[in-house]
Amino acid sequence: MMLLEVVAATKHFGRLAAVRDVSLAVPQGELRAVIGPNGAGKTTFFNLISGLFPPTAGRVVFDGRDVTGMPAHARVKLGMARTFQITEIFPELSVRENVRVGAEVAAGFRLRPWISRAEGAELQRRIEETLSLAGLANKADRLVGELAHGDQRAAEIAMALALRPRLLLLDEPTAGMGDQETYEITQLIRGLHRDGKLTIVLIEHDMRVVFHLADRITVLDQGKLLAEGTPQEIAVNDAVQAAYLGKAA
Amino acid sequence: MTGGEGARKLIALGAIWAALLLAPYWMPPLGGYTALGTRVLVLGLAAMSVNFLLGFTGVLSFGHAAYFGLGAYGAGLALKFLAPSTPLSLICGMLVGGIAGAILGALIVRRRGVYFAMVTIAFGQVFYYIAFQWSSVTGGDDGLRGFSRRPLDFGAFSVDILSNAESFYYFVLFCFALAAAAMGFVLRSPFGRTMIAIRENERRARFLGIPVERHIWIAFTLSCFFIGFAGALYALLNNFADPKGLHYSQSGDFVIMAVMGGMRSFWGPLLGAAVFVILQDYLSSITVNWMSFIGLLFVFVVLFFPRGLLGAIRRKVQA
Ligand SMILES: Nc1ncnc2c1ncn2[C@@H]1O[C@H](COP(=O)(O)OP(=O)(O)OP(=O)(O)O)[C@@H](O)[C@H]1O
Ligand SMILES: [Mg+2]
Repeated sequence: MMLLEVVAATKHFGRLAAVRDVSLAVPQGELRAVIGPNGAGKTTFFNLISGLFPPTAGRVVFDGRDVTGMPAHARVKLGMARTFQITEIFPELSVRENVRVGAEVAAGFRLRPWISRAEGAELQRRIEETLSLAGLANKADRLVGELAHGDQRAAEIAMALALRPRLLLLDEPTAGMGDQETYEITQLIRGLHRDGKLTIVLIEHDMRVVFHLADRITVLDQGKLLAEGTPQEIAVNDAVQAAYLGKAA
Repeated sequence: MTGGEGARKLIALGAIWAALLLAPYWMPPLGGYTALGTRVLVLGLAAMSVNFLLGFTGVLSFGHAAYFGLGAYGAGLALKFLAPSTPLSLICGMLVGGIAGAILGALIVRRRGVYFAMVTIAFGQVFYYIAFQWSSVTGGDDGLRGFSRRPLDFGAFSVDILSNAESFYYFVLFCFALAAAAMGFVLRSPFGRTMIAIRENERRARFLGIPVERHIWIAFTLSCFFIGFAGALYALLNNFADPKGLHYSQSGDFVIMAVMGGMRSFWGPLLGAAVFVILQDYLSSITVNWMSFIGLLFVFVVLFFPRGLLGAIRRKVQA
């Protein structure tokens, strides 16, 4: 059963085709990495999947439902959560309050004037659980805008997890991190995938992370699908080598 | 929240309510008068309603005087043509302001930033011209006259809020307390947290599953109900409704009160309204250019106390 299917998606910005006729199918429980040189269209591809804007052509199917024209918030309700390449958080709220917003939406409380005591306790339990999963339990009362970059990235993942998603989209989760932070985030993602059987699609530049985590890899280049396969296959793929070396040269 | 902070909040809250409850006793010796206190409460409630959007949802409406004025006309017309009942006039004013806000809000919420502010001004001015032109109903330029607030009838006894300024002050304080409690209740609810989420980061809010436009519309509508209620109280205070109350310059005054007092704090706009109203009362007896002085003070506060007067006081207390 495919959880996510993208069928021949294309996105134009004026005359620029940022994504051209890209298809992808991710089965339930897979961890898929999307890689490619700068400007390949990876983030644009994520934006199409998550509903920031509609594709110029093509379809997005989530869990058997066509969500191509569906607004972003409705996709979240179906179980899609994402993080951004440039961290998007609520800087003037504490880490716990950041996570609480997602948890309350997931519990269906967003229009509630009032929560019962039992509901509140259950909610609190979930918030604390999510915080400790992301390794933020001891920083829960700090303002998230005052945290170190790596902790802010972790907080954004925690916010997405508070939604209890079925598909998690991570746009360069280790961007701008040092080795230790990268290691911790990698362990977190691995845990989510292995224990939670969460389906994850992640964009990543750090090849150590990609090859450590991914079940399969999709390679984009200049908006086009260049290759798809297991890490072993991608490692020896000539076209992929050329695309990366071509950029480096 | 630490224990010390919680205690400090409780003390501050107690001080605010004590000052409001005792205003008719401490204001006259300081050169004020009770009706001035009533005016602070009414305009303070209006500024708090504007700030419900500005400070807590991050949306600047520059046309909220429209719903304030509609509340005033709604209350005045109800007293004049419907029934001589003070509570009924308040309900009518609140409904007129709130329902107009719900309808126009639906047309506005897709705009953002400056565009949002401009569209709110435009709609506000439409109401201003209607009130100005439609003199057979609204009294036109002269305003709506020929009504006055009625005594509160409790069956066994009635309270004269028309000629007794103290009674009217306490009646307005009671109404103010109800509205402030309702506002505080909304802001503490899960819905209130989604408002703050939208203020902090609209994109993140959207990708946490919040339908941002719908939530802004609800917040806009609620704030129009609150300011319509304030407008109705304003009509009762003056026994008069005036097209100036709908004008965008009145909207500007509300924004100045909210920003000057401190838009990130619940009570800031009330403080801003107090400073505004008292300065206006004092300065307008000395000079016709009183607004320039308030304007200067506003610029001074914005430059040196970006969190407003209440924000500055808070920082001082915490230091
Ligand atoms: N909103 C937009 N409007 C116009 N052009 C855009 C927009 N978003 C992306 N682009 C362009 O589309 C192309 C693909 O950008 P995209 O951000 O998807 O690349 P990417 O693969 O994520 O790159 P990086 O690795 O640097 O993050 C780039 O040329 C970019 O300038
Ligand atoms: Mg990118």
